[in-house]
Amino acid sequence: MKPVRALLLASLFASALAGAAVLKTDPAKSSVAAVFKQMNVPVEAKFTTFSASIDYDAARPEASRATVDIATASMDLGDAEYNREIAKKEWFNTAQFPKASFVSTSIKPAGPGKLNVAGKLTIKGKSADVNFPLTVKTEGGKTLFEGQLPIHRLAFNIGEGEWKDTSMVADEVVIKFRVSAGK
Amino acid sequence: MQRYSLPAIVLHWLIAILIVGTFTLGLVMTDIPGLTPTKLRYFSWHKWAGVTVLGLATLRLLWRLRSRPPAYPGSMPRWQGRAAHALHGLLYLLMFAVPLSGYFYSLAAGVPVVYFGLFALPVLIDADPALKPVLGALHYWLNMGLAALVALHVLAALKHVVLDRDGIMQRMLPFRLNKKEFQ
Repeated sequence: MKPVRALLLASLFASALAGAAVLKTDPAKSSVAAVFKQMNVPVEAKFTTFSASIDYDAARPEASRATVDIATASMDLGDAEYNREIAKKEWFNTAQFPKASFVSTSIKPAGPGKLNVAGKLTIKGKSADVNFPLTVKTEGGKTLFEGQLPIHRLAFNIGEGEWKDTSMVADEVVIKFRVSAGK
Repeated sequence: MQRYSLPAIVLHWLIAILIVGTFTLGLVMTDIPGLTPTKLRYFSWHKWAGVTVLGLATLRLLWRLRSRPPAYPGSMPRWQGRAAHALHGLLYLLMFAVPLSGYFYSLAAGVPVVYFGLFALPVLIDADPALKPVLGALHYWLNMGLAALVALHVLAALKHVVLDRDGIMQRMLPFRLNKKEFQ
């Protein structure tokens, strides 16, 4: 047997063991947004560019894996000038850190339609272990994953210098997401 | 000459001070480039002041409907009385239209108004990127119209003091001027 073919077979075998194939996400029906308070005013800003890769098998949820990559420059505050500002060094520093990412380390079932997800969240070069509940439902033949992950922006240096003032922009930020995926 | 009632005088001057302050703050804050904490703070203050004008204007309109202002003296030409009524009518209209256009502009931008950072005011329309520039332009031009009418109003009042010396303006002053000097 030729080495290339052997490798191919081995990898096929390995992916069969790993579980279900990676689901195809539907960007039109998926969204990632950050919700925060600015002088106590709730503001929601969507990330328009992101990719999610979810390897999920309802029969074996604990074998699931998920990774999400978010283009930090795609945060939309609804104003072109503000969008340019938050790309700067004090905020996302998109030139140096164009991507924020989440990689799951464990996914456990937590009752019907619910999963507990733990993983590593990396924003602006800083990583933190996070965990959050995820709901799973089937909608029109697709699987819909929804969840909210509360974080503290200052733990990731989002908003440096005078922006550290949390009376202006609160430290608490909730990352709200929904990913619609199917085979 | 009969003066305006005390509530009418108090509301007139409170609203006058707030309108001049809010208008000036609007020009200053929109002139600040980029995104700074001061800019965001001014935006919040501007909105709180605008909502206050709207509330006081409502009280003033209710008071105006139940308490008639003193009649003009017979010595005043009729066209002046009609012009004054028309100008006052337009000022009343703009006392409502200016803050309301700003309120809806903020909502269209996806930023609800939280009065004094404490009371979330109703979100009557969803964020709307298409409507936002329209309401922004409307808010700006209504303000320019208000500024022009206020200038006209002040000039007319000064005319009554300096040229006519007929005591018309003194009816709205919060204090009594020396009669010999001004009448």
